[in-house]
Amino acid sequence: MIAALANPQRFMAVSRPLAPLLGGVSLVLFAVGLWLGFSAPEDYQQGDTVRIMFVHAPAATAGLVAYAALGAASFVGLVWRHALAEAAAKAAAPLGAAFTFLALVTGSLWGKPMWGTWWVWDARVTSVLVLFLLYLGYLALHAAIEDEQKAARAAAILALVGLVNLPIIRFSVDWWNTLHQPASVLRAGGPSMPSEFLTPLLLMMGAYLTAFGALWLVRIRSEVWRRRARRQAGAL
Amino acid sequence: MLAAGFYAALTALVPLAAGPEPERLALVAPGLAWIALVLASLLSLERLFERDLEDGALDLLALGGPPLEAVAAVKTKAQWLAVAAPLSLLAPIAAVALGADPGLAPVILLVALLGGLCFVAVGAVGAALAAGSRRGGLLIAVLVLPLLVPPVIFGAGAIQAADDGVPGGGLALLAAYTLAAAGLSPFATAAALRNAIS
Amino acid sequence: MISALEAQDLTVARGGRVLFERLSFRVEAGEALALTGPNGAGKTSLLRALAGLLRPAAGTVRYRGAEPDRTSQSLHWLGWQDGLKGQRTAADELRFWARWAGESSPRVAEVLDRFGLAACADLETRRLSAGQRRRLALARLSAPPRPVWLLDEPLAPLDAVWRDRMGELMREHLAGGGLIIAAVHDPLPLSARTLDLGVAA
Repeated sequence: MIAALANPQRFMAVSRPLAPLLGGVSLVLFAVGLWLGFSAPEDYQQGDTVRIMFVHAPAATAGLVAYAALGAASFVGLVWRHALAEAAAKAAAPLGAAFTFLALVTGSLWGKPMWGTWWVWDARVTSVLVLFLLYLGYLALHAAIEDEQKAARAAAILALVGLVNLPIIRFSVDWWNTLHQPASVLRAGGPSMPSEFLTPLLLMMGAYLTAFGALWLVRIRSEVWRRRARRQAGAL
Repeated sequence: MLAAGFYAALTALVPLAAGPEPERLALVAPGLAWIALVLASLLSLERLFERDLEDGALDLLALGGPPLEAVAAVKTKAQWLAVAAPLSLLAPIAAVALGADPGLAPVILLVALLGGLCFVAVGAVGAALAAGSRRGGLLIAVLVLPLLVPPVIFGAGAIQAADDGVPGGGLALLAAYTLAAAGLSPFATAAALRNAIS
Repeated sequence: MISALEAQDLTVARGGRVLFERLSFRVEAGEALALTGPNGAGKTSLLRALAGLLRPAAGTVRYRGAEPDRTSQSLHWLGWQDGLKGQRTAADELRFWARWAGESSPRVAEVLDRFGLAACADLETRRLSAGQRRRLALARLSAPPRPVWLLDEPLAPLDAVWRDRMGELMREHLAGGGLIIAAVHDPLPLSARTLDLGVAA
């Protein structure tokens, strides 16, 4: 799979049908997931607002998965100087940032009815915020260096440093949270969730991840096209 | 020198912004002294590699005998001794001046010394990445600040624990993170520098 | 000792633009090669690729006779910038870079004298003229001795007298079995083969 995708020609051939396919799967999952989500019974504590979870939690997951994809692509691009991997890393970053931003906004919308405030320095929320800041740093660095080759490599180094740091950030924020508020406010999720909530949540998770996959492929493809076009222009 | 001035001015602004009531200041003093240290350490990182890149010295350093990793390690250490360590000496003074318990001074000093090394080690990576981008200091801060979340938390936790008089893992965690950062930073920094001169 | 420097099928790109493609040449010990071409033709990039500072998009650079991983030990690099710190004295700079290149006891005074900088030894380099700074940068080539000189516009700010003297110095280096590759606009003051990148590209 990886070896097959490493060849740009083959990647373009494979991704051409794969991107719309993933997109289609994503749309179906979204439709079913949302329908189940809205037909799920109200939570006895949270009422209707529990439904925000179906939009919020998968967005955070997708943001995290996108960073893992960004880190992996950066690693391959750095070590093997693989042009396609560089394009993949560049394509993943804005998507991840968007998902993470969505998670923050929906989290805030969820927080208002649940906690009575738009923002709580909860461990998870804070971790997602830091993740978003990491994305901002990556995008800022990529934009600040003019030479594209150099920008890609510098950003890749940053992505790897961030990837190494991410679990430590997660741990440190959890640790900080236990210092300040021993009992966490938010304990939705986990295997104890009733199936009427779990099923739509998992469906939505699948919907977000396939959406990320589809958009990622489309962005990589357009990046590859852009590079080809520029090479053509340079040759003339 | 400049960084110390910045640090002093920043802490002097705190009572003006937050109000001079001693109770309120005492509550936030250690945290503010800590976060001001982060900012002051980052501020002076801009010229760490930028000048060597501009005047061509970095090419010569890269082609000499010792590897760039060693250059990065030595420059980081020098930056710590010249800038961060003196700032660390100011940290307990600033905290006490803002109304922190003087008994906390030794802990704050220790945390500031360790944290200063950590900020410089992580900051060097950011400075090397930003070298040649012509955005300088602000870019370095945007790159580095999210990465500094763990040491900031661990350091604050250590000071908090000392304030409460309970043993906490903060200091050990900060020391571990600093060691790891100082050990790994030269490799990432050298990779970034090689990219900058290529 | 280096017997030759070889470039094979060298392709170098900057910022997505290919500067030159499949460039091959060989410079023997005792030979000088002048790289010419208009601005932006890739003279500096070619030099950087030869030095190992820049990784070519394709092709190889070989130092015949050097240990493969230690090519940077057999070359002296002189960029278009002097690489001097303004607040340090001329003697300090020369001593530092000689030590950095592996010379344990550099004879600073002697070298400064040879390059006409004896009077400037204790001056900060920012007080020197452009020509004096260039001479100081060129003085780095003499200690420690290294066979390959890669020079980017080495003589640009020098007057006629010093151009001739540097020509002598380069001929000496070639006679001693060294080799020189220099990017130039004006011809080198010695007999040298020319590689025109404007034509090659």
